[in-house]
Amino acid sequence: MRDPDHELPPVREDPEQLEQTWADPPGLVGWITTVDHKRIATRYLVTAFAMFLLGGVLASLMRLQLSRPENTLFGPDFYNQLFTTHGTNMMFLFAVPVTQALGIYLVPLMVGSRNIAFPRMVAYSYWLYLGGCLMLWIPFLLNTGPDMGWFSYTPLAELLYTPTKRADVWAQMITFTEVAGLAVAVAIVVTVLKLRAPGMSLNRIPIFVWGMVVQSFMIIFAMPAVMLASTCLILDRLANTHFFDVDRGGDALLWQHLFWFFGHPEVYIIFIPGTAMVSTIVTTFSRRHIFGYLAVVMSLVSTGFIGFGLWVHHMFATGLPKLGESFFTAASMVVAIPTGIQFFCWIATLWSGRVKISTPFVWILGFFWVFLIGGLTGVMLASVPLDLQVHDTYFVVAHLHYVLIGGTVFPLFGSFYYWWPKFTGRMMNAALGVASFLCFFVGFNLTFFPMHLLGLHGMPRRVYTYPPDAGWTTMNGLELVGVAFMTLGVILFIVDAWSSLRAGVAASDDPWQAGTLEWATSSPPPAYNFLHPLTVAGREPLWDNPPDQPIVVGLRSDVRDVLVTHVMDAEPDHRVEFPEPTKWPLLTALSTSALFVGSIFTAWAVVYCAVPLFVSMTGWFWPKHPGETGTQAWPIAHRTLPMPSEPPSGRAA
Amino acid sequence: MTSRQSAVGSRQSAVVSRQSQSSVRTLDVSMLAPGGFGHRSLMWWGTLGLVLIEGTMFALAIGAYFYLRSRNTYWPPQNIAPPDLTWGTLNLLVLLASAVPNELAKKAAEHVDLRAVRVWLVVCLVFGLAFNLVRVFEFLHLNVTFSNDAYGSIVWLLLGLHTVHIATDVADTGVLTALMFIGPVEEKRFVDVQENAVYWYFVVFTWLPIYGVIYWAPRII
Amino acid sequence: MTVAAAFLQSALDPAGPQAAHIARLWWLLFWISAGVFVLVLAFLAAALRHRGAQTSERRLTFGVSLATTVTVVVLFIILGVTMWTERVNATLGASSAVTIELTGHQFWWEVQYDAANPSDRVTTANEMHIPVGRPVVLKVTSRDVIHSFWAPNLQGKRDLIPGYTTAIWLQADRPQTFRAQCAEFCGRQHAHMAMEVVAEPEAQYEQWLAARKAPAREPTDAGAMRGREVFLTRQCVLCHRIRGTLAAGLVGPDLTHVASRGTLAAGTLPNTTGHLAGWVVNPQALKPGSQMPDNEMTSEELQSLLAYLETLK
Repeated sequence: MRDPDHELPPVREDPEQLEQTWADPPGLVGWITTVDHKRIATRYLVTAFAMFLLGGVLASLMRLQLSRPENTLFGPDFYNQLFTTHGTNMMFLFAVPVTQALGIYLVPLMVGSRNIAFPRMVAYSYWLYLGGCLMLWIPFLLNTGPDMGWFSYTPLAELLYTPTKRADVWAQMITFTEVAGLAVAVAIVVTVLKLRAPGMSLNRIPIFVWGMVVQSFMIIFAMPAVMLASTCLILDRLANTHFFDVDRGGDALLWQHLFWFFGHPEVYIIFIPGTAMVSTIVTTFSRRHIFGYLAVVMSLVSTGFIGFGLWVHHMFATGLPKLGESFFTAASMVVAIPTGIQFFCWIATLWSGRVKISTPFVWILGFFWVFLIGGLTGVMLASVPLDLQVHDTYFVVAHLHYVLIGGTVFPLFGSFYYWWPKFTGRMMNAALGVASFLCFFVGFNLTFFPMHLLGLHGMPRRVYTYPPDAGWTTMNGLELVGVAFMTLGVILFIVDAWSSLRAGVAASDDPWQAGTLEWATSSPPPAYNFLHPLTVAGREPLWDNPPDQPIVVGLRSDVRDVLVTHVMDAEPDHRVEFPEPTKWPLLTALSTSALFVGSIFTAWAVVYCAVPLFVSMTGWFWPKHPGETGTQAWPIAHRTLPMPSEPPSGRAA
Repeated sequence: MTSRQSAVGSRQSAVVSRQSQSSVRTLDVSMLAPGGFGHRSLMWWGTLGLVLIEGTMFALAIGAYFYLRSRNTYWPPQNIAPPDLTWGTLNLLVLLASAVPNELAKKAAEHVDLRAVRVWLVVCLVFGLAFNLVRVFEFLHLNVTFSNDAYGSIVWLLLGLHTVHIATDVADTGVLTALMFIGPVEEKRFVDVQENAVYWYFVVFTWLPIYGVIYWAPRII
Repeated sequence: MTVAAAFLQSALDPAGPQAAHIARLWWLLFWISAGVFVLVLAFLAAALRHRGAQTSERRLTFGVSLATTVTVVVLFIILGVTMWTERVNATLGASSAVTIELTGHQFWWEVQYDAANPSDRVTTANEMHIPVGRPVVLKVTSRDVIHSFWAPNLQGKRDLIPGYTTAIWLQADRPQTFRAQCAEFCGRQHAHMAMEVVAEPEAQYEQWLAARKAPAREPTDAGAMRGREVFLTRQCVLCHRIRGTLAAGLVGPDLTHVASRGTLAAGTLPNTTGHLAGWVVNPQALKPGSQMPDNEMTSEELQSLLAYLETLK
């Protein structure tokens, strides 16, 4: 627990000079060229939230259409675009980007660094992500939205059965978002490996950061699968290849294997940051270290590994060999164990803590309820015979929303309430927060719980209407009421956020008395993150650091000087000059986008657009003249920078 | 007052000291070098990330090859010969040979020898142009078009994916070489040269399994 | 579950051995899940009320380890019951099984009864009759995209995948008309691709099958004969077959005995004259995106065509 009388270190750095060095140019120029991880993360968060709202609108339209049997609000063509765009949007343009965005903002702060590694690449990834959003929504508004389902099975997605550009739009949007996601994943991993505060050995890394590392590694190994699959699909459609063409030696199930090899890890990519958020908030509001840190970290890592061995459970109905089915059933049940361990550790933490209920925490309680149901139905789905009844029915729709919304959206709302003071410098309104939670929680259960019953009682997925005598009418009607409550909950959240920005109570550095490093600086943090980079002596530095814990001095404040440390023990190693604001990430993103979009109309776009892409990447790479900031201009006499095998070396700056 | 010094000459690492005026201790990092070679550098890890991503993509493409193989009775289809060994094997030799100037460029970078770096990067570029040229002949002698059937499609895909890598590798080696001639050159640019060599190795060594799959799998499996 | 009987098609109203085993598995997993849910939330509530009394790390470790062990044990039990259910459902075996080849199309079902003698094979569409109490093996594939056959009262579903033919067993233990629906999104009219699975006593089933073997009846009255001429001289013959006539199209459902079917357009419409008229003339209004084009004709032609089609029992 932090001692309020703890003496703050005397000011050794010049905040004005640091501000000058690290701040962006003013106005639009700064907005375009920024490499500040906090600004980039903020735009990611705002955009992802906008996607969440748009996806919610689509969902409401679907619920409206299905509220009555044989409803004629929408025809099948538009309805198929509705559910495909909803799923595609939520999975690719909301769920992964929003969790990565929290990571972009918080990971550098939590490890005590002044910026994220590869900041230009992170800036570039945002523009690509935005391109992906436009790539989906503009075609949707032009009646060319994808309509083959968010996992786009072949042969339905092949040119013969989807002769419009809809599937090409989908496949190329995937490429945008996968490149963006991969770029951020690499940046996060390198930040955590190399930019940690001295003293932050592996066993002192915050759980939130571990969660983001596991997510990032999963992204690195899973996203290539969907990139490969969507590339093969586009080639089949536009270049007359035959990967999935049954009549010419191709295979319809090849798509499913490639897609689900990505698709199953994808849901853990979305869920693991959710658990990381839960661990953080539980720890803070229990006012004690998390119970079973090692078990929780091992659970995150093992979930990450096991998650790659489950994908065939999406294919149980295809008639696979029995032995293969059994393996995937067993694996799909085993994956529940690490998550269960996390649950038990959280309960143990709460049990032995001095719990303070607050708005962020209330959302975590909602998580417990909702995700637990989702996890239990997941074990049911792992069981092949039962899966063969409820696969591709509303039972699965219920399950997936319980685990995704329960596992990530509830913790996300909790995280918004938790970190909002840090991001904006203002507190949100507790009463409005609880009201928003209650509406959303009640609405969510009202919307999605009946779907379990609908699935068991025969209602398949992805149907734009159903017969009046099917017996599904009442439940569908009830679900529409649930949607109204959920919408109200979201509106209350937006009202809360808006009024907080306009007139909320000012937030102190650490309103929740939490222990991690992001709370050791002002709310919001300055451009340079920390006036004095800290060293750490424990897992919750603000609780564990002794009063005389060393602060880092000696980094230059006239250039963007950042400390790089060793992977294993975070001992100081060398310093690196970080990039300044630059236009090249945006220019490179524009040429990349031109290449991606152009190539769905003509293969030559790959060739033509490779030229501006090459030019912009060269501009990005080409270094500025060392001048004043230079280490040593040429001619170079001998090596001074250390080799991996040598101890850290020093030289006059 | 505590301080820590490395044993090598007068080199110093970060120094922890207590300031006499206050109770705050400081960790002074001002003596640390402004960069590092190999896995000390951030870019090395970034390159490793790229290697993992692309390596996974190659592995999955090879998996797709064998999956499609298992779904077809004839592979290659009847009346189609496997790809001509000549050009692929020639390129195998050229690529493996390019490891020599690559290693020499890497070593020159580690010795911060600008003249040697320039020489060996140019030699690498010559090899790079050579294996891209041979690659054209490989495509012309695959004995199947990509639109013929799934076999043709996956063979072209595998070769195409690797080609994207050798083409971009030559392009960025070209830019790096230009930089080492034109400037501005400072010591940390030699770290870039070293990392470029790492990526070059990746591109060379991934050819081994892909070559095996394209040229030998239809013959011996 | 009498509640389940209120639904057109329900996995909780099993009428065959496989669906029954699965329903039992469901209830077991449901009660286990309900118990786990209540237990975990009870502990959570207790933890919140516990208010930081001194609980040693050792006790907490014991608690977490115990909970983990219980989880593992429960999962193993579930795994065991699952594998047992799978094995029991895998084959009903029997040389007396009825063999049916089921082929999926956008958006209809092609049904072919296998027989030792090729001339005894029966082809129909969008309806399947099976004898009560006898095992049925469906050999399923697709002619275009992936579909899925799902009769929840009888068995779990099986995907119909082009390029693959797989076998699934089912059996009905009581006479009833069950509904099956396509359960893999297959395009525009996925929502309207269903069929009736009529389980009936053995004798009735044999009668039905024998009647399906026969070619189409010769029309006897002039109106119907005129109707047949309409059929044979229009685009109908490009897609449909009526055995016993020159119409031999294989793209669409076999119409030899269409009048005896309970529904039209793959379970979309009841088989009445009015609906048939609407379907023939303007299918795109009733099932937009289906493969059947609209057919313009005079009302006189339509009347005689309907008269003919209704002789095809």
